[in-house]
Amino acid sequence: MELTRTLAEPRRLNPRQIAVPLASALVAFAGVPLVANDYWLNAILVPFLVLAVAGLGLNFVTGYAGQLSLGSAAFMSIGAYATYNLLVRVPALPLPLDLLLGGLASAAAGVLFGLPSLRIKGFYLIVSTLAAQFFVVWLFTRVAWFSNYDTSGVLSAPQLAIGHWRIDTPVSRYLFVLGVATLLFAFGASLVRSELGRRWMAVRDMEAAARVIGIPVGRSKLLAFALSSFVLGIAGALWAFAYLGTIEPDGFNLNLSFQVLFIIIIGGMGSIPGNFLGAAFIVLLPILLSNAAGALAHAGIGADQVQNLQKIVFGTLIIVFLIKEPEGLARLVQIVRQRRPKAS
Amino acid sequence: MRNNDVRPVRTQWGKWSSAFVAALALAVSALPQAHAAGEEYFPLQSYRVGPYAAGGSGFFGGFIDYLQLINARDGGVNGVKLVWKECETEYVVEKGVECYERLKTGGPDGAPTAATNPLSVGIAYATLDRSTADKIPLITINHGRTDSTDGAVFPYVFPLQLNPYSEVSAIVNYIGQRSGGLAALKGKKIVVLYHGSPYGRETIPVVDLLAKKYGFDVTQIEVPHPGNEQGSQWLKIHQINPDWVILRGWGVMNPVAIKTAQKVGYPVDHIIGNIWSNSEEDVRPAGDAAKGFISITTHPSGADYPVLQAINQYVVKPGNGNLKDPARFGTVYYNLGVVNGILNVEAVRVAQRKFGNKPLTGEQVRWGFEHLDLDDARLKQLGALGLVQPLKLTCADHEGGGAVRFQQWDGQKWNVISNWVQADRALLRPIIEKSALSYAKEKGITPRDCSKDL
Repeated sequence: MELTRTLAEPRRLNPRQIAVPLASALVAFAGVPLVANDYWLNAILVPFLVLAVAGLGLNFVTGYAGQLSLGSAAFMSIGAYATYNLLVRVPALPLPLDLLLGGLASAAAGVLFGLPSLRIKGFYLIVSTLAAQFFVVWLFTRVAWFSNYDTSGVLSAPQLAIGHWRIDTPVSRYLFVLGVATLLFAFGASLVRSELGRRWMAVRDMEAAARVIGIPVGRSKLLAFALSSFVLGIAGALWAFAYLGTIEPDGFNLNLSFQVLFIIIIGGMGSIPGNFLGAAFIVLLPILLSNAAGALAHAGIGADQVQNLQKIVFGTLIIVFLIKEPEGLARLVQIVRQRRPKAS
Repeated sequence: MRNNDVRPVRTQWGKWSSAFVAALALAVSALPQAHAAGEEYFPLQSYRVGPYAAGGSGFFGGFIDYLQLINARDGGVNGVKLVWKECETEYVVEKGVECYERLKTGGPDGAPTAATNPLSVGIAYATLDRSTADKIPLITINHGRTDSTDGAVFPYVFPLQLNPYSEVSAIVNYIGQRSGGLAALKGKKIVVLYHGSPYGRETIPVVDLLAKKYGFDVTQIEVPHPGNEQGSQWLKIHQINPDWVILRGWGVMNPVAIKTAQKVGYPVDHIIGNIWSNSEEDVRPAGDAAKGFISITTHPSGADYPVLQAINQYVVKPGNGNLKDPARFGTVYYNLGVVNGILNVEAVRVAQRKFGNKPLTGEQVRWGFEHLDLDDARLKQLGALGLVQPLKLTCADHEGGGAVRFQQWDGQKWNVISNWVQADRALLRPIIEKSALSYAKEKGITPRDCSKDL
């Protein structure tokens, strides 16, 4: 315990470290809703924030605790379905509590599918989380109870409201997602600096050494799975209700798991701001390319070719970024920052 | 020497700049012109790549070509030109939502939005609430959410011509005809092979209901999306050895089903494809295995209809056709796009009669859809008699038709083998209303009173 405590010695914060997040929060909460139109709020900012939260969740288990997982979308769907069932079956509960319980349900599933991590690691663990991915989709397709016996298995979001605040306009949806994301990121940032966060990093960097210095490796791993799935579950509920407005089991497929994994690989493993950078890369760049390609439609290139061209450009950019900076965009930003004072 | 050194660089620049100018000129010339009477805007959430590209490119090709025909031949709808923008969805829900948001108010020069036509059940579900909130009609021709037929609860959603329940009901009626009356269905064995998506699962309860009513045994088997491996499913069908197989496929699943049926020795002329298993693109890849395959259709293929001839004359021959492969002109998906174009444009026309010959808002076009009334005389004027079924929509009924014809593939082309077969809509209506009401309750919607709503 002594050792871990010294590891967890709190860093001293300089004023800039407080001022920057405060200023950006002010811009996000007050500035953005004033200037952004429906398209930006509905189609860009909301999915960007939700996927950044999902990236945060996966980062706990993969970036900090070093356990590879391909089941992010499964945990997201558990969160979404749990929240849906609570909303529909227990209407008395307030929305924040529904979200919280949805996250907890997902956390429980996370622990269950994290159990193999006590015995296996690396690529073998991927197989276990992949099983979660397929099992959950199968379960929600098969058992009609989860989708409230809807005929086609597609659920539409019930009306969301916190007290008298009805979340049905683009601005309110954005603010709701932003609020939840802010809380989760504040939680995440303090978590990875806490004793638990240090333990995760110790397990990631060298499991044997961590065990030798007395870190409870198994418990740390399971806690990583639980907290990761908790955050992913909430992200899933937001994805389903605040963004798409519907859920179906196939909406949370392997593709989404890969997307979340790419977010943390490109953004930066074991980095909190990296989640935003990665999500921006994954969400914004294709949309940017597609908008830019819209201009090409007039230049006589077929719409289908433009689409394939976009994929090529996107893929090339991923490769270029990863070759230039294998540790992700967060590291790139860090390097630029460190250089700047010297230059001036 | 010096000159020689410089020249190549210059020509390079010259090339680039001339290319740029040419591109600019192209871009300018492609921009819509003439805003005299204004424009009506159609946002198109199309898909031309991905596993369902054949359906998307055919459908949106036909749709766009019909809009082009109206502009080229008639100068628009009563002088109002039609304009559109495309956004690629790849049939993926998230992309469809992004496209919806991007395009919904993006009409050039503020042209108002008429309607959206995503041609995807998943995207339609995801944009249903948005369409209602934004007051833009959501058209799901031959597919969509069945209970949206009830216009009292779903004022902005239109599953035109044929909703999924009517589709299976018509197929069961046809099987009844073939067996010598609906009473003969008792004891028959039927397998429904469906696509593992909201679209595929939509009909599970109603098939069970029909089975109970007519006393046939039914087994419903799911094929996971996209459906390029069906060995185990067809092995099961082989064990059951049913009298008929109803194929509710989509995209690559269809030819694979036909080929796998041949492998397990199931007779292909006892497989009935539904409305999304009925195109040339579904049977051609299966080769000889598809000979004798039966499917339903609301819009027979063929390029002989006067409206298709007109498209050929005004759009395709001048080189403006939207299809990349001209051989697909007049195929099933293309013709469905043309049918969809006709219905959208007619809705605008009907609405113009009430609101004036000017660009109309989505809310006004919605009124037009709800008062769509196409009889044989009007279809003849449009050159679409036999291509489109007579259709009359009301506040309560957003489907209108509910009839299909059956066609059989002879290895080269589809031959129509039946007259119009009507779905048992009276039987289905109470189920639709019940489902719509429970949706209204869940969402806190007060249904309109259709007896007062004109």
